[in-house]
Amino acid sequence: MGSVIVKNIIKTYGDVKAVDDVSFEIQKGELFGLIGPDGAGKTSLFRILTTLLLADSGTASVEGCDVVKDYRAIRNRVGYMPGRFSLYQDLTVEENLNFFATIFGTTIRENYTLIKDIYDQIKPFSNRRAGKLSGGMKQKLALCCALIHKPDVLFLDEPTTGVDVVSRKEFWEMLDQLRQQQITIVVSTPYMDEAKLCDRIALMQKGRIMSIDKPAAIVSSFPGTLFAVKADDIYKLLQDLRSDAAVESCYAFGEFMHLTLAADGDSENEVKRIAEKYNPQHLEVQRITPNIEDSFIRLMQEQAGSEALKQVADGK
Amino acid sequence: MENKAIVCKELTKQFGDFKAVDKISFDVDQGEIFGFLGANGAGKTTAMRILCGLSFPSSGEATVAGFNVYKQQEQIKKHIGYMSQKFSLYDNLTILENIEFYGGVYGVSRPEIKKRSQELVAALGLENETKKLVGSLPLGWKQKLAFSVAVFHRPKIVFLDEPTGGVDPVTRRQFWDMIYEAAATGITVFVTTHYMDEAEYCNRISIMVDGRVEAMDSPADLKKQFNTHSMDEVFYQLARGAKRKSD
Repeated sequence: MGSVIVKNIIKTYGDVKAVDDVSFEIQKGELFGLIGPDGAGKTSLFRILTTLLLADSGTASVEGCDVVKDYRAIRNRVGYMPGRFSLYQDLTVEENLNFFATIFGTTIRENYTLIKDIYDQIKPFSNRRAGKLSGGMKQKLALCCALIHKPDVLFLDEPTTGVDVVSRKEFWEMLDQLRQQQITIVVSTPYMDEAKLCDRIALMQKGRIMSIDKPAAIVSSFPGTLFAVKADDIYKLLQDLRSDAAVESCYAFGEFMHLTLAADGDSENEVKRIAEKYNPQHLEVQRITPNIEDSFIRLMQEQAGSEALKQVADGK
Repeated sequence: MENKAIVCKELTKQFGDFKAVDKISFDVDQGEIFGFLGANGAGKTTAMRILCGLSFPSSGEATVAGFNVYKQQEQIKKHIGYMSQKFSLYDNLTILENIEFYGGVYGVSRPEIKKRSQELVAALGLENETKKLVGSLPLGWKQKLAFSVAVFHRPKIVFLDEPTGGVDPVTRRQFWDMIYEAAATGITVFVTTHYMDEAEYCNRISIMVDGRVEAMDSPADLKKQFNTHSMDEVFYQLARGAKRKSD
């Protein structure tokens, strides 16, 4: 049986569907990512699964416990790190950790091995008030507090948002170590490049799951061939190619633009021929493997395009 | 000098014996898109506050839009635009009210406000939503509107502090289209971001570590310099040695 099971969950706020008929199942020990921008419904899902919010309809369970009936049991078995820093700013690092250990009826010592690697990094500051810590250290302390009662499932809501590349990398290394402890980890992020570090991911947008699979499988299901194109005045070329009928989609991606052809060609020469109409300087074209962000953009475009069709389909 | 939007010479800000900004020097050209990157706690926010006329430096020189950061803070504020992810518009004012409010604060004349706001809502395709509260808009729309409002008074420079945080990948790119359009009209764009692909959209970027500018160049030349194909890696190589981790 899955560690986390979500069945047809719907949550609305006024006339906004925050979570729109979402279902998935997460296996024990899996590192599962909810990937999507603000407004995708990630936080609402977390709050429902941690028994802090009631869904309008649908069911969900965590470690076999129902999120409505067995909420007390769930609260003892999960660790939750909300998106907004929510430790006690006026307590020191050590006091915070002690507090969370105590309310879960345990001690720091009992589960110290679980947090040791992470706690060692903030130990030099154990007497500092949590409010005075830097972003990266607050994040580490929050993770320790969420882990101190040895939860079966760990919920991390955007732990790396607003954090620099170095701290993000460190944080994912910590998660990698935790997954070896057989803790199920559900993590959300708006950074698409972090998706590849998960066992499985759900790409979410506007309350719906657009795709759910292993990162490699999502990438390999990208239809057609993707090209990376580069030239000196890349912004001008981007605009020119966008308006070209032979080009299906074209968007900036770092120093390149990523492009697909309307008639699915897979030859770089074809793309070169089209681009050269606009006299670019130092044109470079290469076939590339899509990444998660390419897949996400593709799915968003498909969904926008099929909105009208979907209404018809829903009417059936 | 007249063509420089920002000139910084050994700009320093000290709190007690802590040098939040430590002798940074750089120039930004008029119409340039300049990415201002750095690790958390590197001193970006402190430097930006000085450049926006909100805080005095401890030593060093800087001019923004030709105005001195010590003596002409009020002039600086009039000639720049600013938007951040955290705060930009008033949620409980309508779209039109927000535009009129900002236009008024920056001293744009009434007839001009009227004319420009019509252009603005038309460009964003929001003609039918002008009476909606900003709080009811999706985040992506809000951020695009916030940017348009930040350049509504046609400032010389616009400061963007993580403008695309949490925004979906399609809207993020639309947002950058707007940045390019603004730069094409001669507005200088000074932008911070945690998305390394966005760093690549800048003409030049600087990377701050521990209060100092440790690298500054075009994205392509920086990658060459650090012998890598990824901006992530450039940033990582520079910032992993950071001693400071405080914000």
